[in-house]
Amino acid sequence: MTAPGSPDGGTPSPGPDALEDQFAQWRHYVRRRPELQRADAEELEDHLRGSVDELIAAGLRPDEAFLVAVKRLGGLDELSREFAREHSERLWKQLVLTGGADDPETGNRSRRDLIAMIVCAVGAAVSVKLPELFGLGFQQDGAFYAPNFALFTLPWLAAYLAWRRRAGRALIGVMVALFALGAVAANAYSLAEDSQSLVLTTIHLPIALWFVVGLAYVSDDLRSSRRRMDFIRFTGECFVYFVLIALGGGVLTAFTVGTFQAIGIDPEGFVSEWLLPCGVVAAVVVAGWLVEAKQSVVENIAPVLTRLFTPLFTAALLAFLVAIVWTTAGINVEREALILFDLLLVVVLGLLLYSISARDPLAPPGLFDRLQLALVVSALIIDVLVLWAITERITEYGTTPNKAAALGENVILLANLAWSAWLMLGFIRRRTPFAALERWQTGYLPVYAGWAWVVVLLFPPLFSYL
Amino acid sequence: MKVTKDLVAASATPMVLGILADGESYGYAILRRINELSDGELDWTEGLLYPLLHRLERLGHVESSWQSVPGERRRKYYRITDSGLAELAEQRRQWDTVVSALKAIWVDPGDVRRSTTIPLGGLA
Repeated sequence: MTAPGSPDGGTPSPGPDALEDQFAQWRHYVRRRPELQRADAEELEDHLRGSVDELIAAGLRPDEAFLVAVKRLGGLDELSREFAREHSERLWKQLVLTGGADDPETGNRSRRDLIAMIVCAVGAAVSVKLPELFGLGFQQDGAFYAPNFALFTLPWLAAYLAWRRRAGRALIGVMVALFALGAVAANAYSLAEDSQSLVLTTIHLPIALWFVVGLAYVSDDLRSSRRRMDFIRFTGECFVYFVLIALGGGVLTAFTVGTFQAIGIDPEGFVSEWLLPCGVVAAVVVAGWLVEAKQSVVENIAPVLTRLFTPLFTAALLAFLVAIVWTTAGINVEREALILFDLLLVVVLGLLLYSISARDPLAPPGLFDRLQLALVVSALIIDVLVLWAITERITEYGTTPNKAAALGENVILLANLAWSAWLMLGFIRRRTPFAALERWQTGYLPVYAGWAWVVVLLFPPLFSYL
Repeated sequence: MKVTKDLVAASATPMVLGILADGESYGYAILRRINELSDGELDWTEGLLYPLLHRLERLGHVESSWQSVPGERRRKYYRITDSGLAELAEQRRQWDTVVSALKAIWVDPGDVRRSTTIPLGGLA
């Protein structure tokens, strides 16, 4: 109700403006209750106005009438409780895709977002099928699609984010250049289908390009540590949403295949050539949009998972360390083992990052921080053992692109975790503020991006396209 | 004398439906009408009335619409539906049963003792 209500009947109104102010305040107060929606607030306001008019007619001054009427309405707590009993669904925050009728301003904005997202998702789905015009099939030409896959989806996500953030021209130019560079890296070197470099590019190009998406994400304030932390949160939530969408997509695919087969049509070609590639690239854009749309609606999932798994991973790593000491067994450094330990460090870093991202920087150190320090330190000890084994092996047999990449990643993660452990120790002993740890992590992000680009651009020529 | 909360809650639905059966109305007017009818003895609150109206709407017993009557504010009016009328008839039947049973028990104050001793006698 935007128009001030016209008082019924000629009230001698000493200061109708003051009364309207009071109504406005009351309205504001009521609207903060999740149980009471806009329509309820308007209905209650009408009730309140009816009550005020009657009291004024009975001879009260407007401000007195307002006070009495509000008092009669009863406490808002009780009122909200009664409303909640009837409208319990309102306490479950719902994701409103197109804003709803509640607030036209945000409604318009989220509708525009939705349209932009659909445009980008459709663009991604179309672009992933474009190479087919040049005779490249998604199933047959794995050597083309594998390294290029991220190029069909991440530019669209970056475009959506840049549009949403109204990124500057210079930054858009930089992002276009980086995506072009990625396309060059994926296609300029002629790599054999079974070469290690092809696998490395397939793994590292998406990482490098994800940081270009990050550039779009933080485009409103490139240097800000807070925005970079937001990007870390965005990454985690995006991943969670993508996995959920993928699970749903799996169910959809299973039903599609099953039902069509039941009537004698084999949809496998459709699924593998259309549904799967288009679905995946579009899902990345949709996941990014969902995170943006719901960031204040639903509790972040990644930190919750972190809380659950930090103690479990700590226990597992400590048990592993004890087992090594107990059996005095060396670590058998095969290629798989090296990658496994790299991934372990990534998981530990993820646990660290997402608990940092959800932590109140001003809270004093607690038990969970000590647990986390134990996790990081045990991961460090294990990693030093692994590094020891692998350098021995490299000096013995010479190196390959795979080993060099794994080793480089190991060193990067080790450096990060070692300094993190030091900062955490300082924090637990109340020597360094928590913000130092946060800044260290956000400041380290370009290192990952830089390394991914090195692997993608320099490794193939460095190792003679092995 | 104030009517207890449980009794107010139990009689709320037939009362609101009954008032709306006379013609469409809005929250404040319904509350005033109940006040008039009970001489202020029924302690209705807004926290009772509005959620009840919303529930009746969800169940399809009433319909609501925002209307602007000339010279008055825009208001949310409630109107009873056919299913609401059916519900009202059903509630009336139940309340008639309860009321007539109570009346039969309370024929006159002198009979109170008799009505409590008879079942005991039957048991013995």
